[in-house]
Amino acid sequence: MEYKKKDLTGTKNLSAEEILFILETAKKLKEINSREIKKVPALKGKTIATVFFEASTRTKNSFEVAAKRLSADTISVTSSYSSTLKGETLLDTVHNIRSMKTDIFIIRHPLSGAAKFVADNIDTPVINAGDGTNEHPTQALLDILTIQEHKINLKGLNVAIIGDIDHSRVAKSDIWAMNKLGMNIKIFGPSTMIPANIEPFECSLASSISDAIRDADVIMMLRIQLERQSKLLLPSLREYANFFGLNNKNLSYAKKDAIIMHPGPINRGVELNSDVADSPQSVILNQVESGVAVRMAILYLLGIQKRRNK
Amino acid sequence: MIIEKEILNRHEFDNIITRLAFQIIEKSHDLSETCIIGIKRRGAILADRIQKKILKYKNIDLKVGYLDITLYRDDLSEISDYPILSGTQIECDIQDKNIILIDDVIFTGRTVRAALDAIIDFGRPKKIILAVLVDKGHRELPIQPDFTGKYVPTSKTEVINVCMEELDDKDTVAITKNKEA
Repeated sequence: MEYKKKDLTGTKNLSAEEILFILETAKKLKEINSREIKKVPALKGKTIATVFFEASTRTKNSFEVAAKRLSADTISVTSSYSSTLKGETLLDTVHNIRSMKTDIFIIRHPLSGAAKFVADNIDTPVINAGDGTNEHPTQALLDILTIQEHKINLKGLNVAIIGDIDHSRVAKSDIWAMNKLGMNIKIFGPSTMIPANIEPFECSLASSISDAIRDADVIMMLRIQLERQSKLLLPSLREYANFFGLNNKNLSYAKKDAIIMHPGPINRGVELNSDVADSPQSVILNQVESGVAVRMAILYLLGIQKRRNK
Repeated sequence: MIIEKEILNRHEFDNIITRLAFQIIEKSHDLSETCIIGIKRRGAILADRIQKKILKYKNIDLKVGYLDITLYRDDLSEISDYPILSGTQIECDIQDKNIILIDDVIFTGRTVRAALDAIIDFGRPKKIILAVLVDKGHRELPIQPDFTGKYVPTSKTEVINVCMEELDDKDTVAITKNKEA
C-alpha cells in the first residue's frame, strides 16, 4: 500500500484504503510522542510552511509539533501580519514562499476550494488545514483514529453528527470519510443549519436530538461558530442548548459505551454541557492527541514521497 | 537462473543461537542491567529466541525491545519500495543499561548505524554490543559485530536469505546467486 497523491486536499477524493493506510502510519508514529526525546530524523532538512488566513490554535500548533517531531523546520505566515494586507494574492504569497525552497505547504483559508486551487498551481505537496465550509481532512482522520482506539470495528458503527452541518468543514470531511469506511451516519441540527440537499452526503436526517442519539456509538457535537454566521441562523443560544445541545439526560439514549467527540474549541453550556464534556465518555482530549500522530503521518508520507520523485 | 544453497539447517541454526546466547552471558558482568534490542523484523525474532535461551540456561528474564529503523534510514529518498513503518516498542528504560543489539544479517553496516542513532534517542546506554546471525561482508561503515554466528564471504551478486519459523515456517539460512543463463 502507498499514498501516491501529491496533496491532501480532502477526504472526498481518498479511497478507503488510503484512509486506512494513513491511520496505520499514524499508529506506528504515535509512540514517538510518548518518548523522553520526542524526535526522529525522518524529515531532517525539510522546510514546512504553514499559511493560515484564519484563526487557529489547535490545528496550527498540532501541525507544527508534528513537523518538529519529524525534525522538519517550520515557518509560518498568518494573514494579519502578511503581505495579504498589502494586496498580494494567495498564489503570489505561496509562490514567494516557495522560492525560499519550502517543501510542504499547510494551508487554511476562508474560501472553499482554496487549498485545491493552490495545490493545482504549485509543484509542492499541499495539505488542506480547513478551507471555508468545504473540508478539513486531518480533523476527520484524527476523529477516525480516535474512534479506532475506542471501538473494535469501524464498520457498522452508528455515528450522530449534531450541529451546524451546512457550514462545518469538519462534518463534511467526517461524512465523506466515514461513509467510505462503512459507518452509519445520522445528522441533526436546526433546519437553518442543515444543507438544502443532503442526498450527496448519503446519511440520514434525525427529527430530534433523542432520535439522532438513539443507539449511537459515537456522538460528535459540532461547534456553534459564534464569530461567523451562527448569530443570524439562531434565535438564541439558550434555545439551541435546549433543543440541540448534549446533556446527561439525552446522552442516556445512546449506547452505554458511546463516546463523545468535539473538534474544539467547546462552547460550554451551548452545544455541550460541562457534565458531559468532562465525563469519562468524553474523548475530546484524545482527539487532540491523535491529531499530532495523524499530522505526523501525512507529513511523513508526503515528505518522503517528495524526495523519491525528485 | 537462480541457484540456492542452504548454508545453515534447522539444527545448526539453533546451535548458533545457543552459542550467541552463551557469548552474551559470558561478556555481560551484570545481566540484571542488560536489555536486548532486536532490529525488525527478523532481528526482533532473533532477539526473542536469544532471550529465551538466556532464560533457559541462566534463569534470567531479560527485557526485549523491538526497533523499526525506517525513520532513521539514510536512504529514505532512494529506496524503490515505499517504506512501510512497523513501529518501535522499547518499554525498558535504556539509560545506563548494557544493550545487546541484534540483527539477522550484517552487510553494509548502515542498518546498524541507523539503529545506534535510534537507541541513543531513547537515552544514554552504558554500552551497546552487537550480535548478528550472519556476516556477509562488504561493510561501507566502520562497524563490526562483537559476536557473529557465521561469517559468509559473499560476492556482490549473492544474497543471504534468512528464514525464521515465526515468519517463514522454517529455520534456515540459504545463499542465492542470480546466474546469467
